[in-house]
Amino acid sequence: MSTEKTEREPLFSPKYRKLLTTPLGRENPITVQVLGICSALAVTAKLEPAFVMAISVMAVMGIGNVVIAALRNTIPPRIRIIVQLVVIAALVILVDQVLKAFAYDVSKQLSVFVGLIITNCIIMGRFEAFAMANKVWPSFLDGIGNAWGYGWILIVVAFFRELLGSGTIWGYAVIPSSWYIDNGGFYSNNGMMILPPMALITVGVIIWVQRKKDTELIEEN
Amino acid sequence: MFTNRYIFIYSSVMVIIVAAILSTAAMVLKPYQERNIAIAKIQGVLLAADIKANTENAETLFDQVILEELVIDQDGKVTGRFSKGQLTDGNDRAFDLNLKKELYNKRQENPYKVPLYMAETDSGKIFIIPLLGKGLWGPIYGNISLKADMSTIYGAEFGNDKETPGLGAEISDRGFALQFLGKTIFNEQGQFVSITVKKGGVGTMPADARIHGVDAISGGTITSDAVTKMLENCLENYVAYFKSQQ
Repeated sequence: MSTEKTEREPLFSPKYRKLLTTPLGRENPITVQVLGICSALAVTAKLEPAFVMAISVMAVMGIGNVVIAALRNTIPPRIRIIVQLVVIAALVILVDQVLKAFAYDVSKQLSVFVGLIITNCIIMGRFEAFAMANKVWPSFLDGIGNAWGYGWILIVVAFFRELLGSGTIWGYAVIPSSWYIDNGGFYSNNGMMILPPMALITVGVIIWVQRKKDTELIEEN
Repeated sequence: MFTNRYIFIYSSVMVIIVAAILSTAAMVLKPYQERNIAIAKIQGVLLAADIKANTENAETLFDQVILEELVIDQDGKVTGRFSKGQLTDGNDRAFDLNLKKELYNKRQENPYKVPLYMAETDSGKIFIIPLLGKGLWGPIYGNISLKADMSTIYGAEFGNDKETPGLGAEISDRGFALQFLGKTIFNEQGQFVSITVKKGGVGTMPADARIHGVDAISGGTITSDAVTKMLENCLENYVAYFKSQQ
C-alpha cells in the first residue's frame, strides 16, 4: 500500500469515489458497455443465485484487479492476456472451493454459474483497460465499482424475473395462492419470464429507462 | 524490452505459484467439503423420513433415527448389516456405498449392491432408499421412503446440480416431493410399477394408475422424465428383497 502514499491523495478523494460510482450508472458494464450479458441471462431466473453471483464477481474482480495492478510492470505485453486469464481462473476456482467448504447449499445452487465467472468479459475488460495501467488502490476501487455496476443490474433483473415468473421473491411466495387460476383465481405466472430471452428484454427495458433519464447516453445517428 | 527468456521464466514461475496456491487451498478445504457432502447425504436421508436436520444436529439425529443400514445385492439378499455404530453382518456399511459405482456395475450387468436404511417413526417402521439418476444437464438425486407395507411412499426428497433454474431445477422444490406421499410403487396384483412423473398431470392418466403417478414440472419435461427413469432404475433393485420379506 505504499503506492497511494506517493499519490498523496486521500483514499476516498472525489476522483477515487468516481471510480466507484460511474460504473453504477454512466459507465455501467451491462447497460452501457453491453458486457457480461451472457451470465446476466443465465443466473437471473431467481434472486438468490443472482445475489451470490454478484458477490462472487465482486470478490474475483476486486482481488484480480489488485493482483494485476501490482504485477502490471512485470507482465510481458505479449502474454498479458494469458496472465490475466490465469489470474481470473485461479481466483474463480478459489471462490468455488471456498463456497463448497463454507456455503455448501449456495454452492450447490450455483455450481455451473461460478465457473461461468471465468468467461465474464467484464473482468478481463477491466484488467486490460484499467488495472494494467493504474495503481493498486484505484484498481481495487474500479474493480469493486464495476462489480457492483454488474451486480445491481443482475439483482434488479432477477427480482422482476422471479416475481413475474415464479411469483416468489428470494424463494418466498408473495403472490397470494388464492389468486392463481388453479385455486379459482385470475392469475398465472408468466412462464416466459424464467426463460433467458426475457432476461434480455428486461435488460433492454432497464437500458431504455436509463437512456430516457440520461439523454447523453443516446448515440447520434 | 522483455526477452523470450524472461517470458518463459515468468510464465513458468506464475504457473507454479498458481498451482501451489490452488493445491494448498484444495487440501486445506477438503475436510470441510467432504464433511459438507456427508452431511448433505445425511440430511437427504432424514428428509425422506420427514425429519428436517440442520448442519449441526444432522449426525446425531441420523444415529438416533436410523435403526439399521442394510446392503442388498442384485438378488435381493442382505450382504451387510450395520446398526448402533457397528457392523453386525458382512463387511460393507450401506452409508459408505458409492451408488454411482454400483449403478454403473448394474448397467454393465456386473454384480452390484445397493444401500437401504431402516428407520423408526411415529407411524411405524420405514425403509429409506437413496436415488441417483441422470437429469438434462447433470446428475439428479434424492431419497424416497416406504412405509412398512413396502409399497406406500412415506416421504421423498429430490435434488439436482445443474438443472435449469425455474424449470427442471424445481424438482428440488418441497412441493414437488410432497406429491409423492401416499402413492404406491406396487399395484394391487403385487407387480412393481414404480412412479411415473406425468407430463400434462396425473389427471390424464387412467383412473386406476393415478395412485402410481405425480404431476410433471411444466417446462421441465426432460428432467421430469429423468425422475421417472431414476425412480424405476433405483427402486427395482429392491423388488427381490421386498418380495422375500413379505
